[in-house]
Amino acid sequence: MDNKIIHWFKFGSPQTFYPLAGKMVPWFWALAAIFLVVGLWLGFFVAPTDAVQGEAYRIIFIHVPASWMSMFLYVVMACWAGIGLALNTRLSSMMASAIAPTGAMFAFLSLWTGALWGKPMWGTWWVWDARLTSELILLFLYLGFMALQAAIDEPRRADKAGAILALVGVVNVPVIYFSVKWWNTLHQGASISMSKGSTMAVTMLWGMLVMALCFWMYSIAVALMRVRAIMLERERHTDWVKYAVE
Amino acid sequence: MKPRHKRIAIIVGCLASLGIAAFFVLNALNSNIALFYTPSQVAAGEAPKERVFRIGGLVKSGTVKRNEMTIRFVVTDTAKEIPVAFTGILPDLFKEGKGVVAQGKLGADGQFVASEVLAKHDENYMPPEAKHAVDQAGKTANTLKQ
Repeated sequence: MDNKIIHWFKFGSPQTFYPLAGKMVPWFWALAAIFLVVGLWLGFFVAPTDAVQGEAYRIIFIHVPASWMSMFLYVVMACWAGIGLALNTRLSSMMASAIAPTGAMFAFLSLWTGALWGKPMWGTWWVWDARLTSELILLFLYLGFMALQAAIDEPRRADKAGAILALVGVVNVPVIYFSVKWWNTLHQGASISMSKGSTMAVTMLWGMLVMALCFWMYSIAVALMRVRAIMLERERHTDWVKYAVE
Repeated sequence: MKPRHKRIAIIVGCLASLGIAAFFVLNALNSNIALFYTPSQVAAGEAPKERVFRIGGLVKSGTVKRNEMTIRFVVTDTAKEIPVAFTGILPDLFKEGKGVVAQGKLGADGQFVASEVLAKHDENYMPPEAKHAVDQAGKTANTLKQ
């Protein structure tokens, strides 16, 4: 039992994780590229035109996976931040910092593609309904987390302050997800749910799921690259960084 | 209790209380967060008077009438109905039998004068052939009922 715990914590040290992450990055890039090609091919050439929305609906192949990722990455970020706060592990907090910019990018992408779709379909770029507003708050939470960490010079204190903000913000994630159920909104309900299954044509659904996989792989690749950079920066005075850079 | 366990307990405790607080706040704000009132709510007098608000529901089939630039239609939630008048450009998805959200004021005569009309899309995504099949099935079911 003790052996296993020591084994796990070994990967928690930046020194061992740095080369491991370096080895994993190209694989995740490759998978992201494959899923991107397959997903876009399914989305643009295989999936049929929607009966009501015409071709404009094809934005969901970016919009929905981006929204999922923005919510999921926030939970992952908050988990890492929480682990860092509770266990005082260096790498966990670095992971949280590494995920934040990607999450913010997906939140922005979700809002932006939604606006592009909303203008021709709903007749407006933006409306202050519960779904759109809570997603905007998520973007602000990401930006706030990054700004707060950047504003504090000492990394350990920046980690703690950021972790508290990240954990408080977690409340927002279920609000985003269930907003279309709890309140009446302009945004439509979920096309895919645990209780009802899917209300989409099968090829459309596959295109969306493959794109979601692509965004997963991309997020992992980018987060690992970023965490490697953060490790080097924060541990630049240690011996292992000197060897790693050489 | 190790300090590590204590910190975990504090974090979990804080998160739980935060969640409960958020639940109560959202519950209290329930009516303010909702984007629109349904015709039933308006009929029950829940909507603000003399102030701009939004109503939402389905455009009742066969009620859309155009007169110059003014469009008249009835918004229904299948229980209650509200007649709406709107002057302007409708979004592409505006259709009889489909969802709509209109912003405006309720006149003394019970007519809702809208300044903005938005179409509400549903969660169904399907190709035209499937849509045709669904419509046919619906028609058959209606005929059978009659």
